[in-house]
Amino acid sequence: MTEFALTLLRLAFLGALWLFIIITVIALRRDLMQPREARPAPTRGSARPPKPAKPPKQPRPPKPARHAKTGPSLLVTEGPLAATVIPLGSAQVTIGRAPDSTLVIDDDYASSRHARIYPGDDGWIVEDLGSTNGTWVDRNRITSPTILPPNVPLRIGRTTLQLQR
Amino acid sequence: MSTPATAHPVARPPRQRTRRGLELILLILAWGIGVLGTQQVAWATGEGLHSRFWITAGVVGALALIAHIIVRWRVPYADPFLLPIATLLTILGLVMIYRLDVAALQRAERNGNPAPTPDVYNQLTWYAVAVLLFVLVLLVLRDHRILQRYTYTFGLLGVILLLLPLAPVIGATVNGATLWVRVGGFTFQPAEAAKILLAIFFAGYLVVTRDSLALVRTKVLGVPLPRARDLGPILIVWMVSLGVLVFERDLGTSLLFFGLFVCMLYIATQRWSWLVLGLLLFAVGAVFAYLAFGHVRTRVQVWLDPFAFSDTGGYQIVQSLYGFANGGLFGTGLGRGYPELVPFANTDFIMSGLGEELGLTGAIGIMLLYAILIERGLRIAVSVRDPFGQLLSAGLSITLAIQVFVIVGGVTRLIPLTGLTTPFLSYGGSSLVANWAIIAILLVISNRARRPAPESPASDHVATQVVRR
Repeated sequence: MTEFALTLLRLAFLGALWLFIIITVIALRRDLMQPREARPAPTRGSARPPKPAKPPKQPRPPKPARHAKTGPSLLVTEGPLAATVIPLGSAQVTIGRAPDSTLVIDDDYASSRHARIYPGDDGWIVEDLGSTNGTWVDRNRITSPTILPPNVPLRIGRTTLQLQR
Repeated sequence: MSTPATAHPVARPPRQRTRRGLELILLILAWGIGVLGTQQVAWATGEGLHSRFWITAGVVGALALIAHIIVRWRVPYADPFLLPIATLLTILGLVMIYRLDVAALQRAERNGNPAPTPDVYNQLTWYAVAVLLFVLVLLVLRDHRILQRYTYTFGLLGVILLLLPLAPVIGATVNGATLWVRVGGFTFQPAEAAKILLAIFFAGYLVVTRDSLALVRTKVLGVPLPRARDLGPILIVWMVSLGVLVFERDLGTSLLFFGLFVCMLYIATQRWSWLVLGLLLFAVGAVFAYLAFGHVRTRVQVWLDPFAFSDTGGYQIVQSLYGFANGGLFGTGLGRGYPELVPFANTDFIMSGLGEELGLTGAIGIMLLYAILIERGLRIAVSVRDPFGQLLSAGLSITLAIQVFVIVGGVTRLIPLTGLTTPFLSYGGSSLVANWAIIAILLVISNRARRPAPESPASDHVATQVVRR
């Protein structure tokens, strides 16, 4: 074996080691981008009616356009549940991974009981329930109950919501 | 499919991607890397290819394939990265152990001594045993939650295993540490098995008690402190860790168990005050150990100034540092360095040999493999639904993380050197078998986390409206 061939072999070995790592990282990235493929559980990712009396929910049409007439609502604009609409009545809406939340988001970046939205005197108020990754209203992490203005992005994990009048 | 037809035809996600094909590709690549490395060792050292080379390579390939087939059969939805990375690390270890065998053989030839017995076939046998245990775990353990039933049994067994080396007849002291058990010419390190059992015990115990452990009563200087009576568990683990240090004289194992418990306590309660408390207890223990034990003091002094002790206690670490320096950016190439100059080059110091011959490029690659392995483990912890599975997979990943940090940190003189095996790479059966069992348990948990729900609870369907697009 010549010295030249050995050098080639040496570089090929390092190259193969890094090829393994690069393939792994690319596949990992794909896995992170589409976690839903691997995480089905049909009941998850469904909006449930809040417990107290509320306007009964009719089977929701997939188009987000129809909801505007029915009063204030929360529209999911980004994330795996995009285009989900939750009508806002007089009851609070809880958001989190816990199965008894109003909006169950199956997201590794959300906490079990992440945030709640409830009616206050001056409009709808969002409160973080001690989540790990925080609740963000228009790029600000909220630390206390905050009024949620309409059409302002509310971010929870990978999900973004908006209050619609 | 039991879903009532009226409920929601859209709710069924598209076909599950199991990514088993990716796993197979990565396994083949790992095998190829091993063949390439062994070829290079053979030619670069002038030894030539051993007549048994292709048989050995075939055995390694067959073992990897068996593991893959069992994974396909038993845990088809499990994480696709764990098995290939563990296999690649084991193969890199085999290549390096073979390379050190060649060095030992050539030295014996130069000095006219009889040829030493090669270690690589022992390690290969242990790899086979490890795959056997891996398969057994996958076959027997259908659901990791079964382990929770035996929380205290495992805890007791773990402590017994930890203390077994102190037993009068079977305990054995090797290189100053009473860490081995010898039964009829056959030695093993019970601490390796104990780390899995204790991770199971900590997970089961913390699932039950975490609510009370998370309670905060008083604040001192703005640090929320847990209640005094909740301090019991952490103090007991601390005492046991110190006991291991005092009686078995093993810093690494002691550090591993205490670190594991503190990390799991933090994960279970989400109170960083436990971390502060753990660090304080660690500091107290470290000062005590420094003052009380000569061997600990030597380690610290060698760490601070290894070159002052370069021909006594610091010889090993100095040779290791020279090795890394000699390797440079791309390494000397397998077979062209002097990794055999470091004592214990194939166990504690295998990283310095790899660092010398593969260079910074290869060493960073290996560190990345560990990082991905641990990240996947923690990711399983995040995605699995039951709290016991979360804590267990986090705990098992943390044992790997602590081991890598402690030994690689020690070899590179980031922290004082403590003897722990480098997971998967080091020569040594107990460690290899135990780490493969960890991978098997993680695969079982991740299979549960990622697989499609077999049946949705029927009662939910009346009330549930799916408003997914």
